[in-house]
Amino acid sequence: MPTPLHLAVALDGAGWHPAAWREPDARPTELLTPGYWVDLVTEAERGLLDLVTFEDAFALQSGDRWAPDERTDQVRGRLDAVQVAARVAPLTRSIGLVPTAVVTHTEPFHLSKAIATLDFVSTGRAGVRVRVGALPAEAAHIGRRQLPDLRELDPADPVAQAGLRELFDEAADWVEVLRRLWDSWEDGAEVRDVATGRFVDVGKLHYVDFAGPHFSVRGPSITPRPPQGQPLVAALAHQAVPYELVGRSADLGFVTPTDAADAARILAEIRTAQAAAGRAEETVHVLGDLVVFLDEDEATARSRKDRLDERAGSEYTSDAAVFVGTPSGLADLVADWTQAGLSGLRLRPATLPHDLRQVTTALVPELQRRGLFRTAYEASTLRGLLGLPRPANRYAAV
Amino acid sequence: MTKQVHKQVHLAAHFPGVNNTTVWSDPAAGSHIEFESFRRFAQAAERGKFDFMFLAEGLRLREQNGAIYDLDVVGRPDTFTVLAAVAAVTEHLGLAGTINSTFNEPYEVAREFATLDHLSGGRAAWNVVTSWDAFTGENFRRGGFLPQDQRYERARTFLATAMELLDSWRGDEIVADKETGEFLRTPTPGRFAHSDAHFDISGQFDVPRSPQGRPVVFQAGDSDEGREFAASGADAIFSRHGTKEAGQAFYADVKGRLAKYGRTPEELLILPAATFVVADTDAEAAELAAEVRKQQVSGQTALRKLEEVWNRDLSGYDPDGPLPEVDPLVGENTVAKGRASVRMNRDPLAVAVAWREQAEAKGLSIRELMIEVSSRQNFIGSPATVADQIDDLVQSDASDGFILVPHITPGGLDVFVDTVVPLLQERGVHRTDYTGTTLRDHLGLAPLGGTA
Ligand SMILES: Cc1cc2nc3c(=O)[nH]c(=O)nc-3n(C[C@H](O)[C@H](O)[C@H](O)COP(=O)(O)O)c2cc1C
Repeated sequence: MPTPLHLAVALDGAGWHPAAWREPDARPTELLTPGYWVDLVTEAERGLLDLVTFEDAFALQSGDRWAPDERTDQVRGRLDAVQVAARVAPLTRSIGLVPTAVVTHTEPFHLSKAIATLDFVSTGRAGVRVRVGALPAEAAHIGRRQLPDLRELDPADPVAQAGLRELFDEAADWVEVLRRLWDSWEDGAEVRDVATGRFVDVGKLHYVDFAGPHFSVRGPSITPRPPQGQPLVAALAHQAVPYELVGRSADLGFVTPTDAADAARILAEIRTAQAAAGRAEETVHVLGDLVVFLDEDEATARSRKDRLDERAGSEYTSDAAVFVGTPSGLADLVADWTQAGLSGLRLRPATLPHDLRQVTTALVPELQRRGLFRTAYEASTLRGLLGLPRPANRYAAV
Repeated sequence: MTKQVHKQVHLAAHFPGVNNTTVWSDPAAGSHIEFESFRRFAQAAERGKFDFMFLAEGLRLREQNGAIYDLDVVGRPDTFTVLAAVAAVTEHLGLAGTINSTFNEPYEVAREFATLDHLSGGRAAWNVVTSWDAFTGENFRRGGFLPQDQRYERARTFLATAMELLDSWRGDEIVADKETGEFLRTPTPGRFAHSDAHFDISGQFDVPRSPQGRPVVFQAGDSDEGREFAASGADAIFSRHGTKEAGQAFYADVKGRLAKYGRTPEELLILPAATFVVADTDAEAAELAAEVRKQQVSGQTALRKLEEVWNRDLSGYDPDGPLPEVDPLVGENTVAKGRASVRMNRDPLAVAVAWREQAEAKGLSIRELMIEVSSRQNFIGSPATVADQIDDLVQSDASDGFILVPHITPGGLDVFVDTVVPLLQERGVHRTDYTGTTLRDHLGLAPLGGTA
């Protein structure tokens, strides 16, 4: 029986709270070392989690949502997420690895082969979270284009909405190219036929011939079809236009509901977008994002958050809801949100490794006691863990 | 130039790629794409205390006569991704990736190499190339718009810009003092601004300084322009001059260019690519080498290689028969796309004349001729013979070492590592263990440290 509940953890720096790096167990001088990431992902794998995500951007972290700041009291500097995932892959066995890729400023051809290769080096555990890079600073780092200014974005402002739509349409094209390139080699294209001297059957290699307003790509990929056929495509969405991207392009959406009712409302929007894209029959998993401060008793968790907030100089807020409490309280919330139709949650540990350990050593056992979560990995690929089939190749003659 | 007695031999391993020297039809040949192959190959190189492992790049599947070329190995993984994974299963081995400067941006390439250097503890190297054709450009946003002179100009400024970004963090900015709450010593590390004909970029680089500061820089160019480019700033040259005479000429030429950039000969290593066939005895090796050449040039491959020069469909010819009487077609539209030979055979009529003469003089069929003019192993012999040859070439300044390209993936390196390396170690010309941790250490290059 496939597990009904899926759990992910979002890894970023020393944790999602800006003062996380000052916690006693934090390793702030090791954030750029491979050992740090191996330890975190290994811990997540001990907890039998479905997947971890790795955050990324084409700009330095900033306390300001839209512009660089000059703060010296928070973690700054990071590594390319795809490579971090690849570095961890040979040292783990079962957990899904989902790095972030910035679609606005990268070549879909490069990322297609990178994620396919991540799938090879992890033998079938790769995904990618596509992220629109709307920050003006990111655009200035690449210097190739001017972006619409979304800073003053008012959902009612048609100009800003059009700019947002353009970026997300481009993201959808980008995913389309990614997927076509993954299919551009049929399974079994490598024939090694000594009699004819042919290494590949060119009948099983396909041009993708994509042409859109922002780029065109001829194909085929230089990398053969990866083990999962199609690695997992994920996206974070907060409002209508990104929901449509999830509905039309993704296998997995991350959303930020405030409660179970909100989750149900968001889910309905995504299902509508999914149906409009003609994908009603496909499984698109949706996980609720939640920042978590977890301790054995609620008072400890709350005082830990207060201490962190005090050190940061302001109360922590996030685009996602914030949970402060016990693993068993969180188990209640998980049950509640999944009742509302979510496939599970993506937890953002406020501090690392503390809140991750609370997830693996307390939340997971609690969910297992309630019969809600797996007690062993039941599949060797990420698609397998999520109960998703290995897709047929769109180019294969039936 | 002062000549050192007993120069150390630098050894590196090129994971064989998509050309007909890689023999896939041999029962010993494995996957060229599964990670297990890269793991095994890299670990063999590390067992042999090699300096680094090397990956080439090709961003479009090759075509001939409008069809994807199907006779050689086709397909390869993404460079950064596979090297980051290899970093997990090796400890010392350098990781060299070929990355072009035409279909990338300095910010992304700088952050990829800085990341790889962090994730490998200082083992990254960048072989800077300029992808040259519109054919490849069809896979990218940027397209295929850059004419040759601009490509080199872009390459130069690309490299310089990437280095500016890599140098934008000095290396001492991260304090991470939990008590005081000071994470950064300065509010604006990584700040940069660069504006020229190719790039107009500014901001803050987001990857702090890596163990080596910058990746080791390789240059593969052979033209006068390429040699000058290398002399002015590269740490090593990947050359194709593996014989004594050509090697010595190239070596003297390139090392002679260093002084005008204020550099010493030790600051630029010359490392030709080299193939090898090693067996118990010289006779067995010679026999095996002939066998390998036949595997490398099948009848089908011989005809297709001839087509690359003839620029015509020759599939009706008998590979065991004589060369075509018709002349090559001369024109812009070459029959082979995405292959280096398109550039090498610039005067196909002259090539045809020379080949006809050669075939007639020796009575060679198409296939025999193609075996003669294409695949040739640099080192053939018993372990002692091969160790002799390599040591001699290095001591006589034909090179500083070799980048070995086995013809079998992934196990083809094993025989060299297990039989030739110990002999070089006995002679005291190859390390018996790593003495440093970074690739710069292995190559004997001075550490860069932070910038002032
Ligand atoms: C209103 C709004 C909604 C956005 N929604 C999404 C989204 O759902 N998914 C996404 O990848 N990017 C979205 N973007 C763009 C990025 O969130 C934006 O670049 C963001 O500020 C990047 O920082 P972050 O990755 O830390 O969130 C949105 C931007 C705006 C202005």
